[in-house]
Amino acid sequence: MSPRRNDIESILLIGSGPIVIGQACEFDYSGTQACKVLREEGYRVILVNSNPATIMTDPEFADATYVEPLNVDTVRRVIEKERPDPLLPTLGGQTSLNLAIGLAEGGILDEFGVEMIGASLDAIRTAEDRSRFKAAMQEIGLEVPGSGFAYTVDEALEVAAEIGYPVIIRPSHILGGGGTGIAADADEMREVAWNGLKASPISEILVEQSIAGWKEFELEVMRDHADNCVIVCSIENFDAMGVHTGDSITVAPAQTLSDVEYQRMRDSAFACIRRIGVDTGGSNIQFAVNPADGQQVVIEMNPRVSRSSALASKATGFPIAKIAAKLAVGYTLDEIPNDITKKTPASFEPTIDYVVTKIPRWAFEKFPEARGVLGTQMQSVGEVMAIGRTFLESFQKACRSLETGRAGLNADPVEAVYDEFSDDELVRRVAVPTPERPFQIEAALRRGIPVERIHEVSGIDPWFLDQLARLGEERALLTQIGLDGMARSDWRRAKRLGFSDAQLAWLWGVDGERVRSARLAADVVTTYKTVDTCAAEFEARTPYHYSTYEDEDEVAPVERPVVMILGAGPNRIGQGIEFDYCCVHAAFALSEAGYETVMVNCNPETVSTDYDTSDRLFFEPLTVEDVLNIADALEPHGVIVSLGGQTPLKLAQALDTAGVPIAGTSPASIDLAEDREQFNALCARLGIAQPPGGTATSVEGALKVAAEVGYPVLVRPSYVLGGRAMSIVYDDDGLTSAMEELGLTGSLGREGGLSAERPALIDRFLEDAVEVDVDAVRDRSGEVLIGGVMEHIEEAGVHSGDSACVIPPPTLPAEAVAAIEDSTRRLAEALDVVGLLNVQYAVKDGEVFIIEANPRASRTVPFVSKATGVPLAKVAARVMLGETLAALRDEGVVVPAKQGHVSVKEAVLPFNRFPEVDTLLGPEMRSTGEVMGIDRSFGMAFAKSQAAAGNGLPETGTIFLSLADRDKRAGVVAARRFADLGFSLAATRGTADALEQEGIPVDTVVAKVGEETGVDAVDLIASGKVDLVVNTPRGRGPRADGAHIRQAAGRYGVPAVTTVAAALAAAAGATEMRDRQPAVRSLQEYHQGDQLRLGV
Amino acid sequence: MNGRRSEALLVLHDGAVFEGEWCGARPDDGVATGEIVFNTTLTGYQEVVTDPSYAGQVIAFTYPHIGNYGVTPDDDESAQPFCSGVIVRDLPRRHSNWRAELDFERFLERHGVPGVVGVDTRRLTRHLRDQGALPGAFGPLDEPGAEERIRAAAAEARPTDGIDLVARVTAASPYTVGDPDAPYSVVAYDFGIKRSILRRLEAAGCRVEVVPASTPVDEILGRHPDGVFLSNGPGDPAAVEGAQERVAALVGEVPIFGICLGQQILGLSLGARTYKLPFGHHGGNHPVEEVATGKVEITSQNHNYVVDPETLPAGAEVTHVNLNDGACEGFRLPEASLIAVQHHPEAGPGPHDATHMFEEFTALMERRR
Repeated sequence: MSPRRNDIESILLIGSGPIVIGQACEFDYSGTQACKVLREEGYRVILVNSNPATIMTDPEFADATYVEPLNVDTVRRVIEKERPDPLLPTLGGQTSLNLAIGLAEGGILDEFGVEMIGASLDAIRTAEDRSRFKAAMQEIGLEVPGSGFAYTVDEALEVAAEIGYPVIIRPSHILGGGGTGIAADADEMREVAWNGLKASPISEILVEQSIAGWKEFELEVMRDHADNCVIVCSIENFDAMGVHTGDSITVAPAQTLSDVEYQRMRDSAFACIRRIGVDTGGSNIQFAVNPADGQQVVIEMNPRVSRSSALASKATGFPIAKIAAKLAVGYTLDEIPNDITKKTPASFEPTIDYVVTKIPRWAFEKFPEARGVLGTQMQSVGEVMAIGRTFLESFQKACRSLETGRAGLNADPVEAVYDEFSDDELVRRVAVPTPERPFQIEAALRRGIPVERIHEVSGIDPWFLDQLARLGEERALLTQIGLDGMARSDWRRAKRLGFSDAQLAWLWGVDGERVRSARLAADVVTTYKTVDTCAAEFEARTPYHYSTYEDEDEVAPVERPVVMILGAGPNRIGQGIEFDYCCVHAAFALSEAGYETVMVNCNPETVSTDYDTSDRLFFEPLTVEDVLNIADALEPHGVIVSLGGQTPLKLAQALDTAGVPIAGTSPASIDLAEDREQFNALCARLGIAQPPGGTATSVEGALKVAAEVGYPVLVRPSYVLGGRAMSIVYDDDGLTSAMEELGLTGSLGREGGLSAERPALIDRFLEDAVEVDVDAVRDRSGEVLIGGVMEHIEEAGVHSGDSACVIPPPTLPAEAVAAIEDSTRRLAEALDVVGLLNVQYAVKDGEVFIIEANPRASRTVPFVSKATGVPLAKVAARVMLGETLAALRDEGVVVPAKQGHVSVKEAVLPFNRFPEVDTLLGPEMRSTGEVMGIDRSFGMAFAKSQAAAGNGLPETGTIFLSLADRDKRAGVVAARRFADLGFSLAATRGTADALEQEGIPVDTVVAKVGEETGVDAVDLIASGKVDLVVNTPRGRGPRADGAHIRQAAGRYGVPAVTTVAAALAAAAGATEMRDRQPAVRSLQEYHQGDQLRLGV
Repeated sequence: MNGRRSEALLVLHDGAVFEGEWCGARPDDGVATGEIVFNTTLTGYQEVVTDPSYAGQVIAFTYPHIGNYGVTPDDDESAQPFCSGVIVRDLPRRHSNWRAELDFERFLERHGVPGVVGVDTRRLTRHLRDQGALPGAFGPLDEPGAEERIRAAAAEARPTDGIDLVARVTAASPYTVGDPDAPYSVVAYDFGIKRSILRRLEAAGCRVEVVPASTPVDEILGRHPDGVFLSNGPGDPAAVEGAQERVAALVGEVPIFGICLGQQILGLSLGARTYKLPFGHHGGNHPVEEVATGKVEITSQNHNYVVDPETLPAGAEVTHVNLNDGACEGFRLPEASLIAVQHHPEAGPGPHDATHMFEEFTALMERRR
């Protein structure tokens, strides 16, 4: 008899939508696991998620996949159509949970008889609502920090006066600490409370006694319906309370709790999950501990799978999401086998024999206006995890995983910056939490500044600090011994502390290769241990490995040809889930094709680092040393470097030189596409037009190029993703400062700055051109498959990652598309591409110019695959290993592209996290994620994409326009459409004049910001009378006015578009919305192409 | 503080060699021996090291960092450690916890416990998992001939089978803990009793007279206890001199509660057999099912021997089963008011899931009044 529930047939899962700060790929990981498990159990799975770059939205992971906006109306339509039995809301992050609350409170679940499983509405409310949570905890005798609730700023001031400053403000029902802050006095309180009230969807904030400086811990708890509870993992934060846990460095297991204290915390965690009433599944509970007397208080509880659950799963090998899904459908923990041992049940507590360190990855280099100081609001965009046998080994591995140009915790060229600080200055800096702080601490300790002093100013536990101090001492010893004096025991000691060959090379002033060969000659080779949930008590069946320097290696002999897939590393802006998607597809496709697939990655949030995804998983930093060590151990048939974005691509040359076989396009071809001179020559030879341009390594050189091609010019560095440090400049001054930024002074400086090998690229910028992206695959026989031609909605100049784009192209003439496809084929041939190729074009006045070509997976591959039904990444992976498109077509892997619908990808930007930052789009990519709108017409698909991005188009109301002069002509067209649709119009004076000249009535005319007395644009937006802002930048002039307008729109939650093209698309969407209600259709329906059944 | 440690070697009886560095106390003749067992707990090293059940054994901790939070007298499970040594991957130079009064390594030195640090403890664990618990020898390599002496000692080292280790750890004379007016009076046979057990009994309302393992039955009954408690303890239950006979004489006379070695001796006294597990259960994460309810408890465990449930007499019921390997984790004989568990409901260290066993004991005594 199966313990599984047989009274339900179909289950609704809600994903977490686009990647945003605070909610990243971890919910693709958990959702994908849930989909797999539930389908294996024989249930019909219905999934709603607006994020096309997820694995979970691959049509084969659910029975009905709705890539639709995540809002109550849309999900209601899905429920109405699909009539699921229960809704499982606990695996899609806060988005899913909030949506579930909305559906329940709106009576929709009752109306359609949909049960909520995993956690009840009451449980979710008790956990999420801070007043109920506090009362519940006190009821079971758990301590919580002193606090009170407030619904207005005045109330907040009263509560704070009662508790005493400093206080921390926590808005209810938020994600990633949005709106959270600390106030030291009443003045700060006014602002922080106001922000907090605004961030809370129910305008409720908790004003709480600040316990900044206490130690912070987390426990991951699971509970089944028979009330069995287990702790999966304990986590200790390296940073003290005061830094959001998502922005804290965290370590598993907890290091400084005695058993007495740990068991007390464990008891509290069980009491908490029972009281809150999470029936089945995982929860994350945060505690703070007073370091002076051990007092424990509960901070908060997430009644769902969280980012920490993903970390805990990867850290222990215990698949929380998978188990949570099984528990939700009726199993108990003891009925579920432990995947890793196969012989023991899941009703146990993992124990580990290694240390795990997570370090967040921030993207402050993308937001120069942001302060870059860490606090109670999460600002990181990704994270890395590293496993080592000791804390230091894992910590140093994590540092070199970060992709910030560091070789470990210092002992690399970048550490020179800390040498310039005096002791006092260094201590002052250490007191402020920033991404740099661990490095500053190491520098301070190495100088002999005592652990006590650092502890005093940072609150970081002396145990951690003393561990870091070991590094400085070891360095001194290693320097004294010198490369030639290194005995085997010295090598072993250094490697066991996590020193990379690159760090040792820097210490000794030799090159990395010499260190590596000397180390190997001393017979100090990497050993791989296994993550097995049980500290080796039972035999592990799952080859999930990490490197260390011990006696015994546990890697099993290879049985089939090995393909290593190098992952994408930490999420950051410009490099995110899209590349993980490609790597996962490669693993699936190549395992199916009979290869032994080996994934190498260091990002704990991803599907790629699930031990189920590939045949073997190596949780390792993506550096030359770490990858070569694995290659030495496995002798792969091929290594895939071109699916994981820039991170693995950067390693291609070094791996190739070391004799590692690179699958697909050769490193030489990859380099050819990046090398400006060679590429220009190639385009010239092929007769493909390019905007005029050149390269430069100095300001003088750049000015010379600009003089030849004329302004405006686009300036960008080579070998970066996501338009890092890219800008459009209009004059010599602008170019000079852009070049200076690219040199040693900028954030790129530490990654190498400018050199003959890495010059700046300077091209004539084509204003008002339409930008087009193409993804294609070429096989070794020379056949080229055009995966998709995407027309951007924002004009050229906005980074393609930040621009909305459409398949099929809505406005490009057929000849232009044909020319683009033809150029792409010829370029693929000339570059001898075997695998994926992405090419960007600009089309101006019907003429096609090539901007750049990259023989690798692009960010748009998953979107193209979802839009067309062609699994491009899978096809590319097989092609890279030598198969032909013809053969894959015969096998049914390459299928004809599905037609009859329009797909729009829209970018999601993190400006709400960085209020100081201008929201204007430009050539530097700043979006964190993407959504997709799909429908039978462009207008509706665009409207859906906007709704999905949280920028829902209004159906009635007022449109406010403020247009740059050059946009006024085109803007008139958009304005007329809005007026025809019955919108009233508001505009700044100049724009209003232009509209009225064309006979378009403007209802409200406002002053420029701050220029005159009377109502200005910001006042108007603040008054809540505007439903959509159309504001285009004024090209080169001062941008203050526009910036105020856009910031006001962001602050008051008014949708805004910053290009005329987007305004036109919005008008098209609004037209459609007026004419008909949006319908929901699954990808399976679109891909079946059963147009008749779809209806209109 | 540590200076440079001297290199050290651990050699198992089967010849396997592990390199490391010396830590803790230095044995008089430069070589220490014992049965090597691994413990998988993440926290609680102090409780483990001071648990008398480890007499004769060398504890290899699978978690690499041992000593992080120091030691405090509050967490001692007995007056001193009885184990023969510790094997760890890493010792911190500095501990950190508000309760700490001493460094773990100083503690080992103070109590004469030798150890090896820097060992690939995972390799050691895998070896013991595959080969079973093995005796072995270890010592520093800083004197000529040390390696040969260690190898020779390893070859001669014996397992704990057949050795009465209880005699080494039991109390020399009786003592009493708890409120004199407590509702229940209990006599506890000290086979190596842990302080956590005494604290739990006390908290459950017991006044406990702890008596040496060799105390005759009439002296026990002469104290007119409401119940008799059979404690945990080290080694082979069959080797504990006279214990099973004495306990057999108590069966039916008073309610009895046995933990760990106590369960094994109780089993033997009922005519059951015990056998040795390949590498024992030593950790804080073992799932145990309470047969009557199907509830799973995560338990603290520390034993190499278990009762063979097939050999228990008629009327006895297996009450607890280890879900990892099916081992008997508890039984009862209702007609004689006996309950016993193989795991450690008192925790110390480990989870508190099974602490209700002490209330079951008091309930048993209550019914027999």
